[in-house]
Amino acid sequence: MGADRAILLIVLLPAAGAVLNGLLPLFWPQLRRSEALIGTIGTAVIAVPFVLAVTLFLQGFSEPEVVPFYTWMGAGDFSVSVAYRIDHLSLIMTLVVTGVGALIHLYSIGYMHGDRSFWKFFAYLNLFIFMMLNLVLADNLLVLFLGWEGVGLCSYLLIGFWYEDFKNSAAATKAFVMNRIGDFAFLLAMFILVREVGSLSFSAIFAGADQMSAGTLNAVVLLLFIGATGKSAQIPLFTWLPDAMAGPTPVSALIHAATMVTSGLYLLARMSSVVLMAPAVMAAIAVTGAVTALVAATIAIAQTDIKRVLAYSTVSQLGFMFMASGVGAFFVAIFHVVTHAFFKACLFLGSGSVIHGMHHVERKLRHEGYNGAFDPQDMRTMGGLKRFMPQTRLTYMIATLAISGIPLTAGFFSKDEILFKAFEFGYDGHAFAWFVWAVGIGTALLTAFYMTRSYMLTFEGTSRWPRAAAVHPHESPWTITGPLMVLASLSLAGGFIGLPKLAEKLGLSNWIHSYLASHGPVAEIAATAHVSTGMEIGLILLGSLVAVGGVWWAWRFFARHELAGDGHIRVRFGGLYRWWKRSYFWDEFYGKVAVKPVIDGAEKALAPLDSAVVDGLVNAVARMALRTSSMVRHLQTGVVQAYALAIVLGVVVLIALMAG
Amino acid sequence: MQVPDILSIVTFLPLVGALLTMAARSDQAIRVTALAVTTATFLISVLLWTGFSVADAAELQFVSGGFNLISEAYDIRYLLGIDGISLLLVLLTTLLGPIVVLSSWKYIDRHVKGYYTLLLILQTGMTGVFCAFDVVLFYVFFELTLIPMYFLIGIWGGEERIYAAVKFVIYTMAGSLLMLVAILYLGHAAGQAVNDGLFTTDYFKLVEYNVPISTQTWLFVLFALAFAIKVPMFPFHTWLPDAHVQAPTGGSVILAGVLLKMGTYGLVRFCLPFFPHAAAEQAVLFGTLAVIGIIYGALVSRAQPDAKKLVAYSSVSHLGFVVLGIFAFTLTSLQGAVIQMINHGLSTGALFLLVGMLYERRHTRRMADFGGIARSVPLLTFFMVLTALASAGLPGLNGFVGEFLILVGSFGSSIPGMTVLTAFATTGVILAAIYLLWMLSRIFFGPVRNEENQTMPDLNRRELIILVPLAALMILMGVMPQPFLERSEPATAQLLELVQAKQSAAPDEPSRPSQKNMPDDPVREGGFEVRAEPDTSQTQGMIPYASMLQAMDH
Repeated sequence: MGADRAILLIVLLPAAGAVLNGLLPLFWPQLRRSEALIGTIGTAVIAVPFVLAVTLFLQGFSEPEVVPFYTWMGAGDFSVSVAYRIDHLSLIMTLVVTGVGALIHLYSIGYMHGDRSFWKFFAYLNLFIFMMLNLVLADNLLVLFLGWEGVGLCSYLLIGFWYEDFKNSAAATKAFVMNRIGDFAFLLAMFILVREVGSLSFSAIFAGADQMSAGTLNAVVLLLFIGATGKSAQIPLFTWLPDAMAGPTPVSALIHAATMVTSGLYLLARMSSVVLMAPAVMAAIAVTGAVTALVAATIAIAQTDIKRVLAYSTVSQLGFMFMASGVGAFFVAIFHVVTHAFFKACLFLGSGSVIHGMHHVERKLRHEGYNGAFDPQDMRTMGGLKRFMPQTRLTYMIATLAISGIPLTAGFFSKDEILFKAFEFGYDGHAFAWFVWAVGIGTALLTAFYMTRSYMLTFEGTSRWPRAAAVHPHESPWTITGPLMVLASLSLAGGFIGLPKLAEKLGLSNWIHSYLASHGPVAEIAATAHVSTGMEIGLILLGSLVAVGGVWWAWRFFARHELAGDGHIRVRFGGLYRWWKRSYFWDEFYGKVAVKPVIDGAEKALAPLDSAVVDGLVNAVARMALRTSSMVRHLQTGVVQAYALAIVLGVVVLIALMAG
Repeated sequence: MQVPDILSIVTFLPLVGALLTMAARSDQAIRVTALAVTTATFLISVLLWTGFSVADAAELQFVSGGFNLISEAYDIRYLLGIDGISLLLVLLTTLLGPIVVLSSWKYIDRHVKGYYTLLLILQTGMTGVFCAFDVVLFYVFFELTLIPMYFLIGIWGGEERIYAAVKFVIYTMAGSLLMLVAILYLGHAAGQAVNDGLFTTDYFKLVEYNVPISTQTWLFVLFALAFAIKVPMFPFHTWLPDAHVQAPTGGSVILAGVLLKMGTYGLVRFCLPFFPHAAAEQAVLFGTLAVIGIIYGALVSRAQPDAKKLVAYSSVSHLGFVVLGIFAFTLTSLQGAVIQMINHGLSTGALFLLVGMLYERRHTRRMADFGGIARSVPLLTFFMVLTALASAGLPGLNGFVGEFLILVGSFGSSIPGMTVLTAFATTGVILAAIYLLWMLSRIFFGPVRNEENQTMPDLNRRELIILVPLAALMILMGVMPQPFLERSEPATAQLLELVQAKQSAAPDEPSRPSQKNMPDDPVREGGFEVRAEPDTSQTQGMIPYASMLQAMDH
């Protein structure tokens, strides 16, 4: 099969799945109950594209291939085609999206079993993959933007999936609006590019970028980065992601961890040759990433909802990826996107398995007449789950070690490479990179701490839910544990695609680096000053020490304090805890300075102004007119036909006149 | 496959239908007649699409009439024709015809005969507006739409219908009367300059006539004011929410779908080519008002507790984009403006239909009275979400194409200040998401607060027939807008070329440059390309205008 056919199938199969699973059951409700059929179709339309992508990967190709389909829109000099681009960067992303995507679809068959909107869930998920593939395969910014907003739509639909709770619907709206703020910047960047380069296709942008003035270039890259902060949940637009946990857990794994939220990084990598021309903005990117990583990691320490820990952890890990982009190491950012997809999807699906189990506990408790409060996502009521859910526990533990950066796991390689690149960039004379590096080291320590905490509170110690002796959960079915096993294995081994520079001494090379660099989809900066091997070994040891230390710290801490929830954390961190617990009051701040003024301004100032002043002036005139037209009004009642007739007669007279 | 005078048939068939409905006996017969007539009109109008020559889309096609309307003493002609711009708007009008009839099927249960009669008369007026190539004829059609709409609101409207109806009529009429003054003046002046002293309102002669700079500004103001009220542009918009809230669903659909486009169409068709200098001078003013409208309309929309009023204010916001696109004077933005007129007609029309369907079920439009109804009406929810997303400009749906082309075109405009204005206009994409998602979340999601919402019936077959074509078009025009864009582009390109040629020409130069400079060139007539060969027999209805005139002189 030619690459063009394969791409067409890869993109269109998920779309077909969305139509089959969405429109047919919508119009024929009797189809909604066939879970097996819907689940099979839904998973197959993602699995087949994955196989096709693997085939393309194995075939290999020497040059980036552009597959144009048709002109999307054209007006005047401006024209954009629906065209896809297959190169090493888009292929890696396609593999992650369809591979992790297929696993999560499979997982969802078990997880969503019995939900009355099972069909809708698979339709949305299929639509999401379709949009995500448009995003990563696009050959121009506008098709990328189609995917970009499309995944935002699916995110909106899936966060608000259980819409009966107004909170969920509000979280969905919040996510969409915050993303749109980023998209506003994205649009402006495109407008500038069209004006300067005349086209949105990547090749034209890359060719024309160096003719832009420095100011314009900085503006474009900054605007694209602001767009990326929306989708990839960075300061200042990150507060939607924790709320997005309102969606079903597979959604959190697929959209809000593995794929959609990494779009911003993909965008920067895709535009890397342009980003490199704006060094000032790169510094802003790296510093924003570093600060976000640190802020989110501290918040994660104080969360008690297992999914919110993971959500803030995602924000933090995305911050790491932006650090990499900001120091010009785009391929490392993509490397971390890949490993993060493995271990974070594993963690989220693991938490889903846990929540599944805790729901079971809740049902049993309710059945036995318990009617106190019960939150199946609160880690304070969990504990000791390793006895009941051994496979979930094992996979969650592996993924925890991976995200903590324990040597030889996937997270170790990618995080270490990010820190190394930041260090190298600083060594190369960019002072800001030292700051980024130092924050990165600190955040790595916190990461190991809060992730181990979540593992300890959930799986170790004694079970803390009511009547724990009598009521207990059991392990999830294979459709849930199977994907967990696969992802856990990848969390262990996936890092070997990106070995550190040190490995060159052993005759091994960094595969993902050379893969992404060949044929140039991802640009990079060549370091001028070289970090010595000794220093590199030192850095690797430091990174390992931080990871092991963080895990050990949390292990000791929570083993000693008998896992009684977060009371001890509060004591340990004092005044900071309140700030962490409440996410630095970020939402409250936005509420005060942005949301409330706009809404109040509209409701209390503009709307009254519109009727009192703008319309008031008109009405002064209209009232006069009303008085004079009162005669007409009296004539009006009941003689409509006469009026119609009069009009017709008028026209007839007119026609008669024309003839004459 | 040319039917002679197909355009006159499309225009006047509804009027004939109005006579038929007046003769019909029962209410059901009236409805069926109205449906049959509007459906037939739509089907015939499809011939306009299929028979339209894309290669000659800048030319006037399907020309019908051409004879003098009043007497030989005045060059006022009955002349219908369509170029690419008119084609799209005519089809929008004829498509909405049967949809509006069907949407009124159950809702209108008193004075049924009057309602459908007026509806059909209205359709003739609207179609004529987009086909008339004589300014007086245009004016007649323009005013012809006013009276039926007045009654539609005033008789079948809500509680304050009289207030809203009178406001609508007085406001629009005030504008259009001023325009009439300008038309008369222009006809006289153009007659002196390009028509051997004979008063003329022939569109092409007026285009040919270079209005002296000194008079351009006030003539432009008189024309533009009439259209600005119709659009409506901020600050002339306050009749719109009142009219919409009071109007029956069918009236709102027509109002938003077609009547407002008469304003933007008028700006494109007349204000730009007649008064290019004044239009360029006022471009920043109009652009600014448009951008204020975009932001202001969106914010006021967010503040509405009534779903219909929310949608009404969203029109102010959306049409601001269209006006911005027109006054940016780039081909891309003008194309965006034209396609956005159609998009807005489809999606806002559908929004009003859907709000109307909710009203028919619960007799309220207050969003607070709903909540959580997605469970009981999944189909209605699906169509509403789709339409709201189209309206919010989600890529892949139609609204995005128009908005994006307008914005990307305006951003590159050479008019000073337009870039900044466009940046402000772009905030509209954030605001649209805010008020539309707010509406969705209030009406469809959250817990069911009211028992009556629990048992609401979902869409019936009639309602599906109404919504499916609109939804299909929203998707089609979002995914593949090219067939629509390429039909209007030659016309907009030529219009813009003409405007720019006039703008760059020295002001107050002799008023017949084409005649003086190239007297023997038959290709240019009033700046419009006219086919060189005079053979009218096989031109598929695209009667070259010049030869047509010659033929009539014999």
